[in-house]
Amino acid sequence: MTVTAVTPTARAAWTKGATKLLRRPTARLGAGIVAIFLLLTVLAPLLAPYSPFDQDFAAALQPPSAAHPFGTDQYGRDVLSRVMYGTRIALLSILVADGFGLVVGTLLGLIAGFYGKWVDSTVMRIVDVLLAFPYLLLALIIVAALGPGLLNSMIAIGVVYTPQYARLIRGQVLSVKTTEFVLAAQAIGANRARIMLRHILPNSFTPVLVMGTLSAGTVVVETAGLSFLGMGSQPPSPDWGAVLAEGQGYFLTAWWIATFPGLAIFAVVIGFNLLGDALRDHFDPRRRKE
Amino acid sequence: MSGTVTTPMTENRLLEVRDLTVEFATEEGIVRAVDDVSFHIERGETLVVVGESGSGKSVTSLAVMGLVANPPGRIASGTILLRGRDGAVRDLARLDHTALRQIRGNEIAMIFQEPMTSLNPIYTIGDQIIEAIRLHQGKSGREAFARGVEMLELLGIPEPARRMRSYPHQMSGGMRQRAMIAMALSCRPTLLIADEPTTALDVTIQAQILELIKRLQSELGMAVIFITHNLGVAAEIADRIMVMYAGKIVEAGPARAIFHQPRMPYTIGLLNSVPRLGIDRAAQHELVAISGNVPSPRDLPSGCAFHPRCSHFAPALCDGEIPPLETSAPDHFVRCLRWRDIAQQGSSEERR
Amino acid sequence: MIQYVIRRLIQLIFVLIGVSLVIFLTMHVLPGDVATMLLGDRATNLQLENLRRQLGLDQPIYIQYLRFAIGAIQGDFGLSLRSNRPAFDDVWTAFPVTIQLSLAALAFAIAVGVPLGVVAALRPLSRFDNIVMTVTLFGVSMPIFWYGLMMILVFGAFLDWLPIGGLMPIGVEPPRVTGMSVVDSIIAGDWNLVITSLRHLVLPACTLGTIPVAIITRITRSEMLSMRSHDHVRTARAKGLPEWRVVLKHVLRNALIPVVTVIGLQLGLLLSGAVLTETIFSLPGLGRLMINAILARDYPVVQAAALFTAFLFVVVNLFVDLSYAWLDPRIRYR
Repeated sequence: MTVTAVTPTARAAWTKGATKLLRRPTARLGAGIVAIFLLLTVLAPLLAPYSPFDQDFAAALQPPSAAHPFGTDQYGRDVLSRVMYGTRIALLSILVADGFGLVVGTLLGLIAGFYGKWVDSTVMRIVDVLLAFPYLLLALIIVAALGPGLLNSMIAIGVVYTPQYARLIRGQVLSVKTTEFVLAAQAIGANRARIMLRHILPNSFTPVLVMGTLSAGTVVVETAGLSFLGMGSQPPSPDWGAVLAEGQGYFLTAWWIATFPGLAIFAVVIGFNLLGDALRDHFDPRRRKE
Repeated sequence: MSGTVTTPMTENRLLEVRDLTVEFATEEGIVRAVDDVSFHIERGETLVVVGESGSGKSVTSLAVMGLVANPPGRIASGTILLRGRDGAVRDLARLDHTALRQIRGNEIAMIFQEPMTSLNPIYTIGDQIIEAIRLHQGKSGREAFARGVEMLELLGIPEPARRMRSYPHQMSGGMRQRAMIAMALSCRPTLLIADEPTTALDVTIQAQILELIKRLQSELGMAVIFITHNLGVAAEIADRIMVMYAGKIVEAGPARAIFHQPRMPYTIGLLNSVPRLGIDRAAQHELVAISGNVPSPRDLPSGCAFHPRCSHFAPALCDGEIPPLETSAPDHFVRCLRWRDIAQQGSSEERR
Repeated sequence: MIQYVIRRLIQLIFVLIGVSLVIFLTMHVLPGDVATMLLGDRATNLQLENLRRQLGLDQPIYIQYLRFAIGAIQGDFGLSLRSNRPAFDDVWTAFPVTIQLSLAALAFAIAVGVPLGVVAALRPLSRFDNIVMTVTLFGVSMPIFWYGLMMILVFGAFLDWLPIGGLMPIGVEPPRVTGMSVVDSIIAGDWNLVITSLRHLVLPACTLGTIPVAIITRITRSEMLSMRSHDHVRTARAKGLPEWRVVLKHVLRNALIPVVTVIGLQLGLLLSGAVLTETIFSLPGLGRLMINAILARDYPVVQAAALFTAFLFVVVNLFVDLSYAWLDPRIRYR
């Protein structure tokens, strides 16, 4: 496949689409939050006033001040800097967990849809079983088996997200499978799987984008939740969930340690939810009315 | 009492609508769905309102019922005078909600087009019939149930007591429409509004339902406003016919006059598009559908709203002024600037 | 209807077999040898061999699964590696705590969510509706482990209105009958105990119920709005029914059918959220038990707790589906 340069008309269409997408204030707010979040992951070293790890016992447990806008924790680490660096772990969890769900789910969906018959029913029964667990329970079982840790917790969340992608892609395959052009292509001896892929992938792009955006937010909460429970990243990681867990012990005297990372999680989830809703409405105008 | 009107209404008139205008607020601005419509109906009479969808015929009937959803709709002007059972004349357009509710379902009842969806799927037929009886007649549950059975029986539904306990999805379309009618008639209304009650049904059931409405009308002595787009149906039951187009009355008169001396080209077009009963096949024109579409109420043509589809269109005349509703014969009204020419043409054709 | 129930029951058995397989396999096939984990790296080969034989780990994998499954049906998951009591006893003790918490949270969510959704739907896009929609959007995005801490901070520490953790004050306990503190207090007939236990339940239940409140509100509103324009509602109005009766009988009752499904779906959320909520409020429920067991590598208890929770979830989902059928005559008579 060749990479074609973006033509002026294509760019204009994209700009127009983006303008329309961002017409509603909630969509702008969501996009803004997500943009700030992404910027912070890159610029954290430049913007953070302190190292997220350097301890300074002389400055321990200080309330928010000009020097430490979010205060300091029990080791004298700057909470603001830790929250800023936490964006990187949050982004990583989105990439790993959401990515795992997307890749494995897509593969399962493709396999189930392509081969049909017993392959399809086997895959879909596995999906049913995975959905028969409360989602955090499934993640906990996997972490219990793999052992606590950041990567393991992300994979665990990824497994939780796999079924929804598998169902989505399988549906796409089934709808393309019986269309005229696939049957026609098959009749003239063309490679059926290849033709289907070429139609399925573009068709799946928008629903996957919407699903991916909406689950990006929940992935952040859930990996942070696992870290909070001690199942994910361990101290001294600036993972928001881990920082919250550490702050919980000092909570009644030093409220700021746990409060700010929680606010960060909250903001990121709202951002992705608003953006995901806007994308869904944008691509599916029937839903826009409500 | 509020809504009591002193303006005289002829003694035998049951309902008189004067200068009714109904507007809807839409994203593209205010839309007039019903524009300055006046008509009346006498006791026991059948008025058939004919028009395509979007002509304002359904909105007119909803306005009489006080069921125009507000917002986005509202009765912008006009009066809707109803003579109640007590003899008092009230203006429904100005009545408050409570007073209107006592009339609705009681003195005026309505049946709708879709018997499939117009009944609530999660309650039994009996539940839904009893509801109105208890509400308006203050009967006990058992009395209301007995009355419901009686109504279903009147509508020719077999095993009425068992049917009272059936859910809508357990009945056929024709049965459901009968149940709807039973529900509407259970409080013995003086006026029944039927909004295309047979459209969704197949032809044999259609004929049965029409027959049933005619029979019940004479038995119960009620007036009927029958809304349809089908002149064939109109021919079956109409005393008088009113043709609507783009929110306005374009022709109105006794059924005989409309069928034999139609004056408005739109009415003529409608008549030519249906097989007419009781007319010699050979003499009957070939069936022709009217070309073009109903104009959007957001974007009405200038002058006579029908002119873009009209075979008698005269440039500079028909697209200029909005034609007034003229009297072409006693009790026969027509909204067309060229009705005299067309009448002459028609009679010369007849002579030939 | 009976056929439907039977079909669902057969489905349920297969799902449970699948669930038990997943739990069994993750504990046995994934990297890491149980015997080594239990005895530590310093264990001799002989000790490891003995333990493996004792645990049946030297048998083929399907025999191991069958033994696990047969044990599970009888509630036998082996002994807890920490307490040396049967693992299922720990689960059975913790279970009522989680149930009481989840039911309280669900009751809170329904009691707040449904009326809020109904009122918001009465005047869509009004100021009240906009506020409800914004607040519920925040609600669904809430990280509840943080929200719980905030509740503690505000209502427990700052305002000092409510206790911040535990089922009951230390040393105070009603005689155990059901294991649910509120129910046991009522059974004991001691009103002070009832009030104390309820006061301990308020913050955890509100925390756990927050996301469900938001979801139930939103779904009730949107179902009400879509139901409002149905033909049968117009029929009801045409009968002359007062508006409140139209809304309650012909809009809400119909809208509640899909709402019930969504309420049922909250259960997965509640059982998941219970793990976090129990951790924050130090409640000795299933979630807390499971976390502690995982951290201590107490695998019999992890398995017992996981399988029991999944079982609970699957069974309740079945009941939700059946109640759906019961509410909707179109399904009931199919």
